[in-house]
Amino acid sequence: MNEAALYEYVLRMSDDSLILGQRLGEWCGHGPILEEDIAMTNIALDLVGQAISLYDFAVLLEGKDRDHDQLAYLRYENEYKNLLLVEQPNGDFAMTMLRQFFFDAFRLPLFEFLEKSPVEQLAAIAQKSLKETRYHLKHSSEWVIRLGDGTEESHRRAQAAVDHLWRYTHELFYENQHDVELQENGLVPKLSDVQASWMITVQEVLKEATLAIPTNNWKFEGGREGRHSEHMGYILSELQYMQRAYPNMEW
Amino acid sequence: MSNSQWPLWEVFIRSKQGLNHKHVGSLRAPDATLALENARDVYTRRSEGISIWVVESVQIHATDFDQSGSFFEPSDTKIYRHPTFYEVPDGVKHM
Amino acid sequence: MTRADQERIFNEKIAKEIKIEPNDWMPEEYRQTLIRQISQHAHSEVVGMLPEGNWITRAPNLRRKAVLLAKVQDEAGHGLYLYSATETLGADREKTIDDLHSGKAKYSSIFNYPALTWADIGAIGWLVDGAAIMNQVALCRTSYGPYARAMVKICKEESFHQRQGYESLMKLCKGTPQQKAMAQDALNRFWWPALMMFGPNDAESTHSDQSIAWKIKRFTNDELRQSFVDATVPQAEILGLVIPDENLKWNEERGHYDFSEINWDEFWQVVKGNGPCNKERLAARVKAKEDGLWVREAANAFAKKRSMKKSA
Repeated sequence: MNEAALYEYVLRMSDDSLILGQRLGEWCGHGPILEEDIAMTNIALDLVGQAISLYDFAVLLEGKDRDHDQLAYLRYENEYKNLLLVEQPNGDFAMTMLRQFFFDAFRLPLFEFLEKSPVEQLAAIAQKSLKETRYHLKHSSEWVIRLGDGTEESHRRAQAAVDHLWRYTHELFYENQHDVELQENGLVPKLSDVQASWMITVQEVLKEATLAIPTNNWKFEGGREGRHSEHMGYILSELQYMQRAYPNMEW
Repeated sequence: MSNSQWPLWEVFIRSKQGLNHKHVGSLRAPDATLALENARDVYTRRSEGISIWVVESVQIHATDFDQSGSFFEPSDTKIYRHPTFYEVPDGVKHM
Repeated sequence: MTRADQERIFNEKIAKEIKIEPNDWMPEEYRQTLIRQISQHAHSEVVGMLPEGNWITRAPNLRRKAVLLAKVQDEAGHGLYLYSATETLGADREKTIDDLHSGKAKYSSIFNYPALTWADIGAIGWLVDGAAIMNQVALCRTSYGPYARAMVKICKEESFHQRQGYESLMKLCKGTPQQKAMAQDALNRFWWPALMMFGPNDAESTHSDQSIAWKIKRFTNDELRQSFVDATVPQAEILGLVIPDENLKWNEERGHYDFSEINWDEFWQVVKGNGPCNKERLAARVKAKEDGLWVREAANAFAKKRSMKKSA
């Protein structure tokens, strides 16, 4: 098996889940209504749960006898391989929901394909995460539609979020030599297939939401290679605070 | 109701197959779709349900407290509707 | 039915431990007392999300992060169950929340104390949830049906809250000296505010007598406070932590622990808004409501458009 390649692949997924879960956690207690506070926390909990399963698998692949917390908490910034999309600040509720929507629309087909992967552990994680992700996508889509087709103000905010986040969506389909290797061996899906499915969802939902897809296709990339936005350092300084301030202790 | 307050919905949950939906509480939601999603997140966090009904609270009609006597007490005297009203000899089975 | 009949039926129900339900006739003062008490309780759950919520992004490992998220989420849920109970009394949630934001309605003062270290999260679970549970278990038998049912559900769910706090402190107390000192410091800061959670002494408590007569409250403030001290002292001993009270001593004759008088000046100052975090907590809630305004309006507008489309 292509362990190094697979390790990187799983690590990216773990980091995506962790960082997005971290961002959603920031909302806790500050949501637009109590019901939505609870909904966002549910999604955050699912993502943290996925991160734990994925890191556990990454640990096995790495074979260095680290545990999931060491991977999650004790790497340097350029060793995190999450998407730039998921590290973007929460902004207003429209920004958060659009970020979630673009991500969920990517994760759902990805997990659908991975459920059939011959890599058993990955297939098992995908199977469990699939149900969660299907719900996340339903929830974020419902909100994108309501914000887009709600009031003038909500439409303006939702469109601004689409326009801002669009540049980060290209990175969802980032590939390097490792990906090609894994795809050729049939271990992971072709990203072009995931992308086709993603595009259909995005077009359908944005259309119903009366939101326009931006025409500027300039791409922002870097997260997958460990080059992050300025936001990442702040995310990590909170995430890692306890582990860095009190090294080698158990909590 | 202000423009920003959402309507109130009553939530009913079937906890497992074979049982009735049971009233569990209420919540606020702008429409039925989100009412169901909110109900899922609020009232089934610990696997309490397999099916949810939501009904806008204004759609519920209830009996009046003042009339509860005339509504319910007449049936109290109809004890012949209960099996224990009837005597059956000891030897009779399956009844 | 005459007013006298209604009142007689109500009093009979209370005497016979029959629950009062939303549609039943009830004295206006009973209704107002319930609305005040339940909404205050709901506000406490929601404001209580803030000090702990602050630590979600800094939780020291993934397991603790998940536990904390789940716990804070439960608090939102409990706030919601309780608002739901106030709405059965005809109190509108938005108005209830406006009363909180204007300072007219209160919430538990404990949340006006800051959560400064990770040990505080453990201490909040152990002491604050522990004190809350004392109150809540008693309230499962309160005379108003929807409130009692909400409390039963809340008590079931809360049972993990106190345990996770205690477990988390246990980890610190078995850890490095630095961790243990962190735990002791948290106990030092949270002990007295936790005792204050039961409210003024019985002699000073304005609403107590009538609430007890109506069986809204089943035990007095001082009774509950004493139960809490009695239950908590042995738990502190197992942790190896020292409760910050020189006069704390087992009283054989009473069969209870004696403890020092609470600093009531501090209590009243914090109630009046002069606690370390009163302003921050309220400001956060007001901001959440204001920032969410356009979201709630948008969802309503969308619902209206869709229902018009349907009927057209």
